[in-house]
Parts: sequence; structure tokens; C-alpha cells
Amino acid sequence: MNAVTEHNALTEPGAAGFLQRFEGLRARLPGRGLPWLEAMREAAAESFREQGFPTRRVEAWKYTDLAPLKEAGFGEALTPVDSAIPLPRAAAPRRVVFVDGRFSAELSDPDAPVRSLARHLDAAEGLLGSLARNDGVPLAALNTALFEDGALIDLADGEDGGIVEILSVVRADRPVALHPRHLVRLGAGAKLVLIERAWGHGESRYLHSPVLEFQVAADAHVTHVRIQQEARAGIHLSTVFAKVAEKGTYDSFLLHAGARLARAEAHVTLAGPFSAAHLDGAQLVGDGQHADCTTFLDHAAPDCPSRQTVKTVLAGRSRGVFQGKIHVHQIAQRTDGYQMNQALLLSDQAEIDSKPQLEIYADDVKCSHGATVGALDETQLFYLRSRGIPEAQARSMLIEAFLLDAVETVRDETARAALVEVVSGWWERTAA
Amino acid sequence: MLKIEGLRAEIDGKEILKGIDLEVPTGEIHAIMGPNGSGKSTLSYVLSGREGYEITGGSATFDGHDLLGMEPEERAAAGLFLAFQYPVELPGVGNANFMRTALNAQRRAKGEPELDAMQFLKLARARMKELSMPEDMLKRGVNVGFSGGEKKRNEVLQMALLKPAIAILDETDSGLDIDALKIVADGVNAMRGPDFSALVITHYQRLLDYIVPDRVHVLMDGRIARSGGPELAHQLEAEGYASVEAA
Repeated sequence: MNAVTEHNALTEPGAAGFLQRFEGLRARLPGRGLPWLEAMREAAAESFREQGFPTRRVEAWKYTDLAPLKEAGFGEALTPVDSAIPLPRAAAPRRVVFVDGRFSAELSDPDAPVRSLARHLDAAEGLLGSLARNDGVPLAALNTALFEDGALIDLADGEDGGIVEILSVVRADRPVALHPRHLVRLGAGAKLVLIERAWGHGESRYLHSPVLEFQVAADAHVTHVRIQQEARAGIHLSTVFAKVAEKGTYDSFLLHAGARLARAEAHVTLAGPFSAAHLDGAQLVGDGQHADCTTFLDHAAPDCPSRQTVKTVLAGRSRGVFQGKIHVHQIAQRTDGYQMNQALLLSDQAEIDSKPQLEIYADDVKCSHGATVGALDETQLFYLRSRGIPEAQARSMLIEAFLLDAVETVRDETARAALVEVVSGWWERTAA
Repeated sequence: MLKIEGLRAEIDGKEILKGIDLEVPTGEIHAIMGPNGSGKSTLSYVLSGREGYEITGGSATFDGHDLLGMEPEERAAAGLFLAFQYPVELPGVGNANFMRTALNAQRRAKGEPELDAMQFLKLARARMKELSMPEDMLKRGVNVGFSGGEKKRNEVLQMALLKPAIAILDETDSGLDIDALKIVADGVNAMRGPDFSALVITHYQRLLDYIVPDRVHVLMDGRIARSGGPELAHQLEAEGYASVEAA
């Protein structure tokens, strides 16, 4: 009982509390005894100590304020008890489940090509930390210092991992902070459809801050669909790093549909010629919510196409952020980049901050981008209503049409269906 | 019966309808003709409930319902249908889904059972055949990439599926070639019967050769300036609207 009380004690608010937690936990974190990992954690903690949480003075954080992290401290999650947890319906034939950041063998499909990172850290050497960097990404540093578990997916050359869902459930009945770490490596020509869902249940505030590293080898293809459905008082801060080799593809779609404060940041490098990326997304932002989709795309090799369509719908008093930076290196000739972000404002009190950024150092490049912000079209609304469709339903149809245009970029049917299920009826649930 | 009495409406402080009196008895088709800017489209929008118009006087009832106090969807459920002069494009909303949603919304409002996708498709395909519409128009976004003629046929298809008690056709003939015009007219004529009435708004007499009206009304400067039988349309065609003004 004493141990339980100690583990669940709240730390100081802000960065100091997380460092305090590292000091308290370091001897018990998984990987103790692996010199490379201990050194990595020490360096990460030191880096986080120097940087602290990002403030709005940092350019990349101008529109998203992490002040809520400073309001009060967070506690460590207790070891999961086998209480019945309400789980969402599985989106994929094979699902692995993490409860409060820890792998649940009981709830997971043993046939999924996913292992618990905490139990297989020896297999993660050389992969863990190969892409995530501490410098300039303090949330990644914090995750490296504190992660306790996560998914490890390592596909051999030519292996087809099929369609896999990683469900990360948070029991939001107390203010916990979770820092899961997921590692994904695809060997040459390997394939994977990964549906990653963050799902919170409860009323408490909490922090869920996963970091993912994706190594995509030559000719490998990964579809990465992320569905953020945190509980209403949750804070979700996720960071993805992906590196794609020659002719490989990283197709991703981010869906923000929950949390009080959510930011998903992606750092993607097209490292080999003819590699490709989709960085699409949709943000459903209701009253009292803040959602942020920030991407950094590096075109670091010639002949690479990239596509990005991000749609944001905002209702009530809410705020949405889109930041999309595309960096075309001098070597990246014949880059073909396209970026579009569109926002639909459903209320006068909603705000969208949209910042596309193109930095191009190659001279033979095709890059286009565009942004629109608007309200629902009154003429379209009248057309639907004149046919007998009630106003709320008519609005919902137009909002879904706006969003599904982005969702349709996801080619895998199972992954697309999982997204459609969340997007459908969002407005009717929100307006109710 | 559609009964309009002393109807006045303005937009942005400018009076467009200046006291319209009009009755369309059940089972009859009436035409409204008039020059550009006379208030024809405003009348159709005011009757169907589009926002942005200020009703400053008069009344409009349909079978005893006070149209002006109803939401657009309630008017539709009461049996009113507007065929738009410029049908609206709805990217991302599939045509079949749109029409089934509309039909089921109206059925729900009337307490009738909803149609499932198969029942709807069967119904829609039969009507489309009559209107010479290719079946792929069901799969496309509503009016997206449709030619002018296809858009108008899509309006008539909706009318055929929703089976309104009264249809207002706002310049449904504009932009149609003669073949498309005949198809649209056939679609309207197929609806004719003791329970169906229509208000056909047109600038030209041409459409009225195919949809022969029971009465013709001339709208000038926000008022009905003259009413008569179908022959009035021919007189207007021959002599122009100036003849009405002079009279």
C-alpha cells in the first residue's frame, strides 16, 4: 500500500516535476543495466533539463501554449489492475492494447507482429533513438528519459505485417503522465498498415505523450493512421519521426478528435530517391478544445513526391493550428510537393492559425500550396434544407463532405473505415 | 391550394415584391412570366424559405399551412418543392446519398417508413431511365461536373422522387437545348394530376409549348400585372413585355 501511494504521488507542476520524477524512477525504469540505454536516458534528461517545456517564444510553439502543464503536477500510473476497461471496437483484425502505457498481453492478439518494448529492449538497440532527437524537441527528450513501454514492430525484408491496430488506453481517473515509445522498422520491401489509436476514458486531466520512430527501408510501404480520441480533460502531445529510404513510402493520416489540448508533431525525412510521403490529416475541434497539427517534411533526396491535405473543423470557442514546413534540400531536384490546408469555422469564437512554410534550395522543383478558411456555404445549406433535410443533419452532411475529401486519400479500406467511423456524426454529437 | 395575398418582400432594404396576389388551385399548373428583375426568382425563394429576404407584408399559405412561418425543411415536408434556377453543387456529397437522405427525411416527417439503400436505388433507377439520365450520375457528387442540362434533369429527378404537392420551377428551361427541354417537360407532365400543382417561372414562352399551363401571370416590377390563359404567353412572345406595360 505504501508503494502504491508513493508511486501515485503528484510531482511539482511543470518541467521540474518531470525531472523530479526521473530522479525518483531512474533506478526502476525498464532497461536498467543496459549501458547504452542508461546513457541515452541520462543525456535525454539532461537535454530536457536545459530546454524545459517549449514556450510560445519558440517559433514552432507560437500558437500552442503548454501552460496547462504548469498548473499542477502529474502522478505515475499505477500498475494496471484487471478491472474491466471499456475498449472501443477494434479497427483492425489484429490489435494490441496498452493500458496506461503498459502492454496488456491479456487484451492483445498474440498473432500481431508487435512486441512489448519494455520486454525486448535488447532488440531495440540501434533502433531506439535512431531518429528521435533531443535538441529542439524537448518532448522527445522527456519521452526518452521516462518511457516505460511501447510497441516494437520489426519487419524483415519483404515481410507483410498486415493491418495492425495499436490501442493506447488511458484510464483517466487520476492525473497521470504517460510517455509511451513505439518503434517501427520495415525491412526492404516490407509492408504494414498501422492504425494507432489513443483513447481516454474518464474525467481527470492527464498527459499522454507518445513518441514514435519509423525506419522505412527501400521499397517498403507503411500506412500510418493515427486516431486521437483522448478523454475531454486529457492533454495529448505526440511526436513522430520517420525516415524513408529509396522508393519507400510513408503514408500517414492524423485525426484529432479528442483531448482538451492536443498537438501532433511529425518530422519526416525523404532520404532516398523516389521515396514518397503523405502527411494528411483532419482535426475536429469542439468547444473548449485546442488541436495542433505540425509537420516538418525534409525532401533530402531527388525525385520524391509528397502530398499533404489537412482539414480542420472548429466549433464553439476553440482553436486549431496547422503548421506545415516543407524543406527542399539543394540535392532534392525534381521534388514534387503539394500542400493544402483548409479550415471550416462553425462559430464566431473559433480560431484557426495556419502557417504553411516552404523552404526551397533546389532549382528544379514543383511545389504548390494553398490555404482556405471559410464558413459553411449558406446556399448549399439552403439547397439541402429545401429538400426536407433538417438543418442539423444538413450541416452535418456538409461538414462530413469537407472532411471526407481528406480521408479519401487513405487508400487502405480498413484504415479509411476506422477514420470514417469517427468523422461520421461528429457534428451531431458535438452539437447535441 | 397555394394562396398568396398582398405579399411584400425586400432584400437589403430594397423592395422587390410589392404586393403579390396569386392563387394556384390544386391540380393546376400556372406560369409566371416576366422580364429580368421583375421579382420572379425572389418569389420562388421567399416561398421556399431562403434566408436574406425580409417579409414586410402579406401572406402565403399552402393547403392552409402558413408557409412564411415555416423552416425550409418544414415547407418541403408540407409538399413544397423548388427546382433551382442554378442547382447547387455539393462536392463530397454523393447524389444517391443526398436524394435518399432527403426522401427519408420527408418520409420520417410524414411518419412513413424509411427506404433502405436497395429500395431507394430501385426507385431512383426507374425514374432516371424515364429522364434519360446515365446511372453514374447517382454516384457522382451532387451536381459536381454536371452539364447545365444534367443539373436541370437532376432537379426534375429529385422532384419525381420526392413527389411534391406543389413544385416551383424557377427558369428550369434556361440553358437547355430542345431535347433536354422536352425531357424536362415530360418529367413535369408525368407529375400532372388532381393532387399536383406547379408554378412554372420562365422568361420565355418556349417551355410553355411543352408544359401547357392552365393560367399565365405576368410579373412586372414586383406585382402581377396581368393574368390570362395560355394564349397570353403567345401574345407576350409576339409583342413583348412592353405591351403589358402599355395596357
